[in-house]
Amino acid sequence: MPTKPAGTLYRGREGMWSWVGHRITGVVIFFFLLVHVLDTSLVRVSPEAYTAVIGAYKNPLMALGETGLVAAIVFHAFNGLRIIAVDFWKKGAKYQRQMLWTVLILWVIVMVGFSIRHLSLAFGGH
Amino acid sequence: MTATIQSPRSGKDGGKPGAGLIAPKYRRSGASKGNFEMAAWLFMRLSGVVLVVLIFGHLFVNLLVGEGIHAIDFGFVAGKWADPFWQFWDLAMLWLAMLHGTNGVRTIINDYAEKDSTRFWLKIVLYAATTVIIILGTLVIFTFNPCPVDVNGVPLPGGFCPAA
Repeated sequence: MPTKPAGTLYRGREGMWSWVGHRITGVVIFFFLLVHVLDTSLVRVSPEAYTAVIGAYKNPLMALGETGLVAAIVFHAFNGLRIIAVDFWKKGAKYQRQMLWTVLILWVIVMVGFSIRHLSLAFGGH
Repeated sequence: MTATIQSPRSGKDGGKPGAGLIAPKYRRSGASKGNFEMAAWLFMRLSGVVLVVLIFGHLFVNLLVGEGIHAIDFGFVAGKWADPFWQFWDLAMLWLAMLHGTNGVRTIINDYAEKDSTRFWLKIVLYAATTVIIILGTLVIFTFNPCPVDVNGVPLPGGFCPAA
């Protein structure tokens, strides 16, 4: 009877999950980027068209989406720097796990700060 | 006599057939593809570092300073692009982010689309979208007009026009 493949150094561990997270956040950011260039391009249609569409980004529901997007960007940025360290720093591969936890701790700190600022602007009765 | 064992890919003992030179099938730079994949790998790392600075700066200035997102409207864009510094910032961000993202999605297509024709067409769509977005964005940055007018030369409402 076939058994589950034994765990390896990579499979199912920090290395694999950070790779999965990097891919998913990368795709999310890429599709937002396409939309964001298109919405910004409305400045060449008319001032009112741009200001109306950008107004859609200012409601509280969108603020939650923006916070999620920034969370994806910040993770992708910090984990990307970790990947560079793994590739170019002599001890990078040895400390890749510790670096991932550093990435996650920094990510939480930055996101707590960003969320407080951005969500209080969005929900703060402007 | 002590035998010295060379790493199989060390390239030492060159000259003797099969004595250490890397066999063609193990060489990473094939004749047909050149070093494109290596250049793409390096580009992801170099552009990644620059993009961290550009995008964190973009988010900080647009979302965290002053009124944050509430300050963003046509006038906000006009104010930024009146300065060549921000024009260049946004241009660099556009090109680097689009090329970095396109190469990332290209990698994902290569990994998950198993049929040759599926991979081919997905990448055609990807490259078409990338080309359109980069050209559009570049034109928008360089042809931006803070005082747009309609076909009759009358300024559109909401623009920033010099006092007559």
